[in-house]
Amino acid sequence: MKPTTRGLALGLASVIGAVSLAACAGGQAPAPVAPASPTQDEKVTISVVSLLPGSEQAAIDAFNAQVKEFEAANPNITIEPQEYEWKATTFAAQLAGGTLPDVFEIPFTDAKTLIQNQQIANLDAQFKTLPYADKFNENILNAGKGDDGQVYAIPAKNVYGVGLHYNRKLFEKAGLDPNKAPTTWDEVRTDAAAIAKVAPGVAGYMQMTQNATGGWQLVANTYAHGGRVQTANPDGSFTSTLNNDGTKAALQMLKDMRWTDNSMGSNFMFDWSSINQAFAAGKVAMYTSGSDVFTSLVQTNGVKPETYGLGAMPQSDSPDAGVLTGGTMAAMAADATDAQKNAAIKWIDFFYLRKLVDKDRAIADAKTLAANKQPVGTPVLPMFNRAQWEENQTWIKDYINVPLDQMTGYTDTMFDLKLVGEPSRSTQEIYKLLDTVVQTVLTKKDANIDELLTKANNQAQALLDQQG
Amino acid sequence: MSTTESVVYYDVEDDFAVEPPGPVRAWVRRGGLSTLVFALPMLVIFGVFSWLPIVNSVVMSFQRTNLVAPAKWVGWANFAYVLNDPLLPTAIGNTLWFAVLALLIGYPLPLVVAVLMSEVRRFRGLYSALAYLPVVVPPVVSVLLWKFFYDASPTGVFNTILGWVGLGPYPWIQDADWAMPSLVLAATWAGAGGTIIIYLAALTSVPPELYEAAEIDGAGIWRKIWHVTMPHLRGVLLITLILQVIATAQVFLEPYLFTNGGPANATLTVLLLIYNYAFANSLGGNYGAATALSLMLAIFLAIMSIVYFRLTRSWSEE
Repeated sequence: MKPTTRGLALGLASVIGAVSLAACAGGQAPAPVAPASPTQDEKVTISVVSLLPGSEQAAIDAFNAQVKEFEAANPNITIEPQEYEWKATTFAAQLAGGTLPDVFEIPFTDAKTLIQNQQIANLDAQFKTLPYADKFNENILNAGKGDDGQVYAIPAKNVYGVGLHYNRKLFEKAGLDPNKAPTTWDEVRTDAAAIAKVAPGVAGYMQMTQNATGGWQLVANTYAHGGRVQTANPDGSFTSTLNNDGTKAALQMLKDMRWTDNSMGSNFMFDWSSINQAFAAGKVAMYTSGSDVFTSLVQTNGVKPETYGLGAMPQSDSPDAGVLTGGTMAAMAADATDAQKNAAIKWIDFFYLRKLVDKDRAIADAKTLAANKQPVGTPVLPMFNRAQWEENQTWIKDYINVPLDQMTGYTDTMFDLKLVGEPSRSTQEIYKLLDTVVQTVLTKKDANIDELLTKANNQAQALLDQQG
Repeated sequence: MSTTESVVYYDVEDDFAVEPPGPVRAWVRRGGLSTLVFALPMLVIFGVFSWLPIVNSVVMSFQRTNLVAPAKWVGWANFAYVLNDPLLPTAIGNTLWFAVLALLIGYPLPLVVAVLMSEVRRFRGLYSALAYLPVVVPPVVSVLLWKFFYDASPTGVFNTILGWVGLGPYPWIQDADWAMPSLVLAATWAGAGGTIIIYLAALTSVPPELYEAAEIDGAGIWRKIWHVTMPHLRGVLLITLILQVIATAQVFLEPYLFTNGGPANATLTVLLLIYNYAFANSLGGNYGAATALSLMLAIFLAIMSIVYFRLTRSWSEE
């Protein structure tokens, strides 16, 4: 340790916290939201989410080409691309500090609370200008509506179901059929053990554990085992059910793979981006994540498409077994001006949505991406309805360049499996409680699953009671 | 005539000479104003960026706020929340554990290295540069580097090296029991250079004739170190000890970057808990709890600092 003059400043540590907190304290209350009719002429600059930090040049080129196209069609709007990755552990600080792009992305689960806290802008007037505004899947659109029924966050980018991603090369190495993704958890366990045996240092199966993603994936695994982590009561309150049989089964499976089979490798601290990295590097043979992760595996981690396989989330026999589904919405900070909002809706339309419903735009978008060797056709769930989604697939058929034949394990059943939304209350906080549970099971041999879940459940219930 | 003239002269030309100067004017005359003007930018910057936030955070520790909607007064509720948080004892325990490990590993090591370096005659500059080099590496870079070294698979850097002599593989930061010692090891590597330089400087103050006298009395190297070097370093050792305790109470960087408090909260420290209260929740932090715990930590560190000043004063008076 370095004893330095740091110590001289009385309680410098606390001051660090204090300064950063109080520095944010000057944040202004949001201006009253006044829907305004979009104007055409006003010059406006907005920053938007471009790609994940560290994306490959080809992906950046493809994005810039889209920006150029948009700016040509909207000469009064200047787009400033900003690299961005939503993280539960940094989002609040970025929002409070004003360092997010003007148009940022949030998960479905967070929109309602951000609206209640008056932290995001009312985009209702702008949303209604979209010609397909009334065609959204109502459940999805609802995630971004406030108690006043107005739209604050707009479904954008993706709706995913969790799938099982696997490395075909490692399957082959272990003598497994790379065209046959495991469909039960027993098969996952056997395959993981086989891979760990022939590839030392590789995790046959791994799950995220950090920054609230550990809880996210444990809940996905819980659903797959037929469990649920919270239930709504008739009086409007919520009951936490973290100690359900599904979660217990999911954790027991992890415990067995870790301590009996030793098939989970030796690194256990992963979040969304670090497990993607480990997977692309061939250090993880199987993991669960959103069905659309292939795009960022290509854009950010340089995964070799021929090694990639996607299967459905294995389901237990339970009649309640289901696939966790979630997605991303576009939103703006509460202090966004009308001019910014009007520009933003055009960008949201152009970049995220119109390509889903308009043939010409779909083809133009796919063409740009394909020309820059970016993934086209990564499996996602429909934002509107299945028929529209299928039609869209026929429009871009000629440009699809992702190895769809390696993803049939997922795509064959994506409309058949039961879809279950993420827990709706205190979602990320409960996910973080579960991070600790997953980490304990993977790093402490004598971890008692019942005790861990009971403790986490009490804490989760306290959070739910607090929220009322 | 001349007297009258001189009275007129004073009356007309110089009021000050007739009346005694006021306190403000005297202060201005003594250069107080220019001192103030020079100090003003510093005072303003210090006030706005240091004291105002400190006062604000004390206020905030009694409020519930999301920094957007108007804040509500909640009395001692934030303090009660923090004191009832099951993670607080964990965080305090981990911080103490870090401090103890840092005392065991991080405290003696620089001293041993400094004493050895002071004994060598050749390439002393080279050794000093090597010892200080880690301090020059930006902390985030060094943590990321060590994180890579700490890869727990058998092919990890440290595990490969230790494997050559038949040791390991060890889990390093991937295991609840191993994580904290691993963090202390990396922190020691990163911080020892600065302390070594302090010790080296102190060692030069030991009069060489004392060593010569000890040698004549037949003392070997260890007895020279124990009976001559150590007593001379006593004061410096005391200061570095207290500074280290204060620094370890504030440990944040290593647990945040290496493990983010994991695995299973094994490296969650007090400062990381403060950070998590404030910033780790995507729906807006519990700023009240964060400032309340900050305030409690500040009071604790203030007490530590008073002890430090007392001890150093008595040391300098000796």
